[in-house]
Amino acid sequence: MGKILEVSNLTIHIKTHKGTVQAVRDVNFYLNEQETLAVVGESGSGKSITMKGIMGILPKNGKVTEGTVMYNGKDLTKYTEREMQTIRGSEIAMVFQDPMTSLNPTMRIGKQIEEMLKAHKMDMTAEQRKARAIELLSLVGISNPEQRYKQYPHQLSGGMRQRVVIAIALACDPKVLIADEPTTALDVTIQAQILDLMRDLQKKTKTSIIIITHNLGVVANIADRVAVMYGGKLVETGDVYEIFKNPCHEYTKGLLASIPKAHEKGNRLRAIPGTPPDLMDPPKGCPFAARCNETMVVCQQFMPEYSDCGSDHKSACWLLDPRAKGGKA
Amino acid sequence: MVKYVLKRLGYILVTLWIIITCTFFLMKNLPGTPFDAERFSIMTPAQQEKVLEMYGLNDPVPVQYVKYIGNMLRGDLGTSFTYVNQDVAKVIGSRLGPSALIGLQAVLIGLALGLILGVLAAWKHNSGIDYFTMILAVLGVSMPNFVAAALLQYFIGLKWGVLPIAFWTSWSCSILPSIALSFSATAQVARFMRTEMLDVLDQDYIVTARAKGISQAKVLMKHAVKNSIIPVVTVLGPIVVNLLTGSLAVENIFSIPGIGSLFVDCIKANDYPVIMGITIFYAAFYMLIVLLVDVVYSLIDPRIRLARGKEN
Amino acid sequence: MNNEMIKDSMFVKAEVAADEKEHIAAPASGMITDAWARLRKNKAAVVSLFILIAIILLAILAPIFSKYDFAFTDYSNVYSTPTKGHIFGCDQFGRDLWTRVWMGTRISLMIALVAAVLDLVVGVLYGAVSALLGGRVDAIMQRIIEILVGIPSLIIVILFLMAFPAGVGTIIAALSITGWVNMARLVRAEILKLKNQEFVMASHVLGSNNLYIIMKDLIPNTVGIIVIQVMFTIPSAIFTEAFLSFIGIGLAEPQASLGVLINGGYQVLQNYPHVLICPAIVIVLIMVCFSILGDGLRDALDPQMRK
Repeated sequence: MGKILEVSNLTIHIKTHKGTVQAVRDVNFYLNEQETLAVVGESGSGKSITMKGIMGILPKNGKVTEGTVMYNGKDLTKYTEREMQTIRGSEIAMVFQDPMTSLNPTMRIGKQIEEMLKAHKMDMTAEQRKARAIELLSLVGISNPEQRYKQYPHQLSGGMRQRVVIAIALACDPKVLIADEPTTALDVTIQAQILDLMRDLQKKTKTSIIIITHNLGVVANIADRVAVMYGGKLVETGDVYEIFKNPCHEYTKGLLASIPKAHEKGNRLRAIPGTPPDLMDPPKGCPFAARCNETMVVCQQFMPEYSDCGSDHKSACWLLDPRAKGGKA
Repeated sequence: MVKYVLKRLGYILVTLWIIITCTFFLMKNLPGTPFDAERFSIMTPAQQEKVLEMYGLNDPVPVQYVKYIGNMLRGDLGTSFTYVNQDVAKVIGSRLGPSALIGLQAVLIGLALGLILGVLAAWKHNSGIDYFTMILAVLGVSMPNFVAAALLQYFIGLKWGVLPIAFWTSWSCSILPSIALSFSATAQVARFMRTEMLDVLDQDYIVTARAKGISQAKVLMKHAVKNSIIPVVTVLGPIVVNLLTGSLAVENIFSIPGIGSLFVDCIKANDYPVIMGITIFYAAFYMLIVLLVDVVYSLIDPRIRLARGKEN
Repeated sequence: MNNEMIKDSMFVKAEVAADEKEHIAAPASGMITDAWARLRKNKAAVVSLFILIAIILLAILAPIFSKYDFAFTDYSNVYSTPTKGHIFGCDQFGRDLWTRVWMGTRISLMIALVAAVLDLVVGVLYGAVSALLGGRVDAIMQRIIEILVGIPSLIIVILFLMAFPAGVGTIIAALSITGWVNMARLVRAEILKLKNQEFVMASHVLGSNNLYIIMKDLIPNTVGIIVIQVMFTIPSAIFTEAFLSFIGIGLAEPQASLGVLINGGYQVLQNYPHVLICPAIVIVLIMVCFSILGDGLRDALDPQMRK
């Protein structure tokens, strides 16, 4: 299995009227062919911005200031807008968080799928596009696709709309599918359906998937590998079993501890106290230092390097440093 | 939908009836009379009687009211005091053309210019064209139309002598007044379109469209403009009010034989039948436009269209 | 990274202050200070505010300190163009336009201000009563408003002016007779919205009585839209007054308002444009500044726009 996508030292700044937000800071990760990578972290940790940076669809005030995004041996950050347009949708497609707002409310569903085909499959005729759109609708499990084809988004339920969004993303058989919290806005019962759908489709289409989530249940369900982000930094990455069994970063540990467990009756829900750092003025040390229970002086002053804590399992934490005698390592 | 329109029409009729009644009794109690006091007083009582009878003024007021309503339902709005022996409906009808032409041209200029400016301003947010549009919008909304009209007449008509400054002899006479009237419409449309576009450009489905890899021009036209242009229909109501108001002053300034100048002349001459006629005409016209806007809006926005469909 | 600077001694547990965990860069601030801070950042709005203050001061002071009375005629100076003695020149009777323009501004502003205050009082009371009482009272009050909204307000104003002798009082009354409707609708809508919001319900649940809720929850939260609405009422009242005077059914000579002056200037526009242009500049300036300041205030006060 080769790496299909590799992100190195990616740094993204967003200019606001109050100042520059360092939304993504020096992030490294890769995606293997046909695997599913889950990117985990709380709101504002820079997950979505990272993905938009990869796709070249950052908001106007956002900019990749450093780093590379290697896709099939080419650096996407060097691509012009026009060149990126040929990649977006056909090579790398995206599924968004809220199906209630991510579809154009005044355009028929069929047209929204066909738009993707029109942009990338120039040789298709109008009939072929329609046939493909209906085929895609049935592929994502929508019944009566011929009728749905003519409907508007607001005539569909949330789960159905997310299926449509997935259908749009898969229209041109992309090599990489980026799903930005695809289940967060849905009912719990629908969430499982959508995850099952994505897993099935991955088997059929051999797509590689990056799934962003803050739900560790989703991670356990679908991911092969995990990348944990905090405060615009990637703090830990590794195999999904490794991460769940042997979390190395204190933040990952906190995340895992906060999953409610049915058998621990009577215990209070556990939370990580405090709030994430303000990325307008990020701490110069470890971003988690202010909330960590094991904070050392060095954590507040210096950014930790990545240390290996297993095969293909890395974590950026000073506690893993051999000098950290006072720590648990 | 039909039920909704009928209900609204019912409302309009009730409102019109209230307006007619109030205006009628107000007119009956006004201090001034349309007749030249001196000439009226030197008439013999028989002559006075005849004049009063000619205009139906010697009946008791409630009888006059019933007669007026009855005649009105048959399309007869009475006889003008100043335009001797002329039917009010005819007087108004003969003035309709110029006002309609100017108004329509102003709306078209306002829509075309306003939409283009609004789209450009939002697309190039915080750029030169954006600031230009904002300044134009503020000026257009703030500059009283009669000031704009007077300045246009002075600079373009008098100083440069490019266009006719008054009267109604050829189509070119309608250009300056149309432009003067279009200022506020342009400003309103540009401002509305810009706000609406900025809002739409922030929506998730624009990101979805960009993620599809379609060109920026297509994202702008097919997704952003199409979705922001629909609500612009709703500013047509306020625009029509502004045009009606503006036409009173602008038609006077450019000496145009339209309804606006007729209205002002008749107010000054205490020509009550014509004033009443125009009042009813304006009110009905305005309310019908507002209704039309609502209907059109619900027809072109698929979300509203279906919401209504389910109700009925 | 400079590894030499990392000393072994740093690998000891650090004390983290409790408040460090909730580090937030922006300090919390109240609504009014917040709004003011944001308004101050809006340069156009601040400039407009200062121009308006200057215009108001001139309207109050200029006629008092002028050498000429606003009705003083001097036939040697008829249609004089702007000079040192007559900054704006003179009109057809040789009256000093500088004095007349600021006198007119004073009257126009006064009319607009009184009309705005009347709109405010009637509109807020009507809207609040309608929203707070609800039920049948609200339904009837809303029907009345629906009918009033259906009529172009200009027609009501004109008919009103025909029925009563022209004068400052009549104009104010004519403006107020239709002006309050928008305010009433806004206030009602806002209160209805607030009434159903969680924090008001929470206040109810916590045992606050109705008066307390009105004073502490509803009024402070509607102040914003009321202020904004007033900011838009004033220029529209100035416009309507000028418009009526211009078409000849509002104020008339010898009274001076901006509309009267513009009307007078328009009559001699062909030969003496300065007689029109001076009052026209003042009225446009007032309208533009109110418009920009109103927009600025709306952005500063609208909590939904806070980012």
